Amino acid sequence: MFWFQVERLLNYWPILLKGLGMTISLSLLSLLVGCVIGLLFGIIRAGRIRWLSALTGLYIDLFRGTPFLVQVFICFFILPTVGIELSAFSAGVIALSNLSACFIGEIIASGIKAVPKGQSEAALSSGLRYSQQLRLVILPQALRIVRPSLVGQFILLVKDSSVISAIGIMDLTRSGWMIVQNIPNGLLVFGVVGIGYFIICYPMIFVARRMERRQQTSIL
Amino acid sequence: MLGNLNIRVIADYFPALWQGFLNTLMLSGLGFAGAMILGIIACALTIQPLRWLRAPAIAYVDCIRATPLLAQLYFLYFGLPRLGILLPEIVIGIIALALNSGAYVAEIIRSGILAIPRGQFEASMSSGFTYLQRMRFIILPQAIRPTISPLIGQAIVLVKDSSLLSLISVVELARVGQQIALDRFMPVEGLAATAAGFLIIYYLLKALAGFWSRFDRVPGRS
Repeated sequence: MFWFQVERLLNYWPILLKGLGMTISLSLLSLLVGCVIGLLFGIIRAGRIRWLSALTGLYIDLFRGTPFLVQVFICFFILPTVGIELSAFSAGVIALSNLSACFIGEIIASGIKAVPKGQSEAALSSGLRYSQQLRLVILPQALRIVRPSLVGQFILLVKDSSVISAIGIMDLTRSGWMIVQNIPNGLLVFGVVGIGYFIICYPMIFVARRMERRQQTSIL
Repeated sequence: MLGNLNIRVIADYFPALWQGFLNTLMLSGLGFAGAMILGIIACALTIQPLRWLRAPAIAYVDCIRATPLLAQLYFLYFGLPRLGILLPEIVIGIIALALNSGAYVAEIIRSGILAIPRGQFEASMSSGFTYLQRMRFIILPQAIRPTISPLIGQAIVLVKDSSLLSLISVVELARVGQQIALDRFMPVEGLAATAAGFLIIYYLLKALAGFWSRFDRVPGRS
């Protein structure tokens, strides 16, 4: 019985591979957009313009405080009511990029604040403008500090992409959900789905751990 | 968009929303309690020297951290009946939440204990403390303190994650919101009410974290 089901699962191999491809492209696209907007958020959040920083903080809080599932539904069901028609894929990418931008923004802001004050003072007294200080002195150091948390955020992003399956995107989780309707063995089907995610995420977990360890030794 | 928000609908559904809110609190509370127990056990197993006990604990933590909660949830939901274990959806959901967060709790506690310098163990030993006194007065107070903030962070994640249980038809806040959206074709009202409920919990937990970090400030340390 078990081997029979394994054999049937092999017939669904193309669907699973397609799902894996969808998960990867969703995550990569959102990662790219999320990093760009997140960097902007981080700079504003750690910047000197008080009200802009507070406003960005409020925006970030709104998305950090609500479940991603609700955000996906908002993109998919509410944006059309104000005239923005979106395919499920673009709704998913928008929701996921926005969420990761919020988290990456907070991470980068904390990195900028962790750079010693002397660095920006020294840069200022060397005659650098604020934008130059940021680009040449502060950001390179801040990004080094937050590297492990950024990798951690990428892992979260891949895992969060599974939630988008709720609006019918055929990602890895959704293809598992489809297959389990035909092969009634959840342990087998979602075991295989889990292996798919493991292959993407585990190397990143490994890298993040090594970075953390190296950073701890470099600080001590 | 929010200008023509139909407050009446939210008022009509308020009892259902309130029930969903309470259910979310209950689910997350039970899930977090389970996660703490699992996490402490898994952490204890990963830092003790016996290899055959350590390996399964590490495998548990890594497998959970490398896969999404939704896949874990479906794994249990579609998989447990296969093993002849028939449980109501809500119980499966709580188990999934506890298993998922347990791995993260284990990592948080482990980093708390590993952050204690070796000198602390050695100094307390050479001061003549017994093992229990050492744990009680020197090690645990230092190990627990730095874990409180990340644990509150994990609780926030867990509350939000509990919304995924709506996908296996557990009635909680997100599910009630979806029902309003579907019954009355009013997605804005349903989702806004859901989001508001989760934001209340989020800000409460965030305030708790802020309160703790002020309370925890040790003079002379950053």
